[in-house]
Amino acid sequence: MNGYRLLEGVNPTSSLSLGEHIEVHGPLNLPGKRGNQAWADAMLHELEISGLTGRGGGRFPTATKVAYVASQRRKGRMVVNLMEGEPASQKDSVLAAFAPHLILDGAQVLAALIGADRIVICIADDNDRIAQLMERAIADRRGLDERPMEIERPHGRYVASEETALAHFFDEGASLPRFRPSRPSPVIAKGRVLLVDNAETCANVGLIARHGGQWWSSGDATHSPESTLVTISGAVDAPGVFEVALGTSLGDIVALARPRGGIAGILLGGYGGTWVSPSALDSPYSPSGMAAHGGNLGAGIVVVLGADVCPIAETARIARWMANESAGQCGPCLFGLPRMAGQIEALATGRHSANADRSLLDLTDILEGRGACAHPDGVIRMVRSALHVFADDVATHQHQKTCGRVGAKTYLTLPPQEELF
Amino acid sequence: MAKRILTLIVDPIKCDAYGHCAEIAPEIIALDPWGYPIIRGQVAGAAKAHAEMAVRQCPRQALSIKASNVDVDRPVGSTRR
Ligand code: SF4
Ligand code: SF4
Repeated sequence: MNGYRLLEGVNPTSSLSLGEHIEVHGPLNLPGKRGNQAWADAMLHELEISGLTGRGGGRFPTATKVAYVASQRRKGRMVVNLMEGEPASQKDSVLAAFAPHLILDGAQVLAALIGADRIVICIADDNDRIAQLMERAIADRRGLDERPMEIERPHGRYVASEETALAHFFDEGASLPRFRPSRPSPVIAKGRVLLVDNAETCANVGLIARHGGQWWSSGDATHSPESTLVTISGAVDAPGVFEVALGTSLGDIVALARPRGGIAGILLGGYGGTWVSPSALDSPYSPSGMAAHGGNLGAGIVVVLGADVCPIAETARIARWMANESAGQCGPCLFGLPRMAGQIEALATGRHSANADRSLLDLTDILEGRGACAHPDGVIRMVRSALHVFADDVATHQHQKTCGRVGAKTYLTLPPQEELF
Repeated sequence: MAKRILTLIVDPIKCDAYGHCAEIAPEIIALDPWGYPIIRGQVAGAAKAHAEMAVRQCPRQALSIKASNVDVDRPVGSTRR
């Protein structure tokens, strides 16, 4: 039994064509445009018992989100989030490249559930290859689906994939998050309430619509239980995207990418995620298994940090990049994140003041919860986890100024930025 | 147990750090190192009239008071450990 469910039947060199896709997964039967309440109730129930949660990072129950949007009086519109704003994530692009029709199937199911008029697939403006592949997949389905699908190309930056930033883009062409005074609150664009779901989430809905929620969570003789896509990078010889059964040990998952040597820590979730110590390698990769180490699966990112680099310097690189990705709308994010990055850089290079870790923690307390979107809170989470997991390195820097590994090559996937060290 | 509380909310996109609000309602508004407001605690007691005045006088109309029901038995989460 392999873990393949989303990537079942994929061909390593090309996209599954519509015919191949139907051969592997079977046809998808959906009610007509005018909808069918009995079908919708049953489908929502299957989503609920599956326990599927959002794969863009939030891991919020998909059924709850769908029911919330469906309960709004305003008409709905379905949005597939294929932005993949996390630099260390590749999984949505890989899924779209190999199994585009499963994503589109799920989008059609979700659109039918909320009575959407159309489906908008958001692909970053720097990801032409995936946009072309999806364009072709949509063209191949012409006449098959009830609801029209179109591609939009927001700017490829970190916060552009945030739900309200997508809505803002549809309305005004500006990929900037909007402030939401309370949650849940509907995300509205062009007069429609949006249901925004990540591409991997949609693909899973494509499976649940065929096989039901029970099958989805527990699998069968030839399929593993619930799977998830991970992107492994860092100190490994075979980085890439893997589909793994939830509950596989983190160590077995990292082994797929062939780690190179000693491991100092693992970054989980994303650049706004959490560092966990190598002791987490023995634990199951699942929400509860990783929560025991303070971690979160987030968007399925797994960055392996080699023991030959300085974890403080690596943390500083991420913090600086995230600070530069601030949309610059909110004071605490615009001014607070650069200061936080500066303090970590100072700690890495021994230019810090006394009690640098204390003042960093105080700064995280000042900034927490004060952005319009969750961007600063993600950076805060990442920095706090670094101070905790790399406490020994922090102490070394604190007392001996630096550790001698600061200048080592970085293991991080980051778009070009200024050399910090 | 659920309890109805009033919270002062800042729209961080609108707020331009004039710091006016912290002068009007110092009981629940402090300023961060850059002059942006940090809200501490709920809108209650003596702070209520001040909070309402701060809402009215914010030059950017960035403040509002929100009523919500909170589960007082459940602690609010933080990533601090
Ligand atoms: S918190 Fe930061 S990223 Fe989010 S909207 Fe405000 S300035 Fe932009
Ligand atoms: S008065 Fe308004 S604009 Fe000024 S700091 Fe307070 S909330 Fe911000």
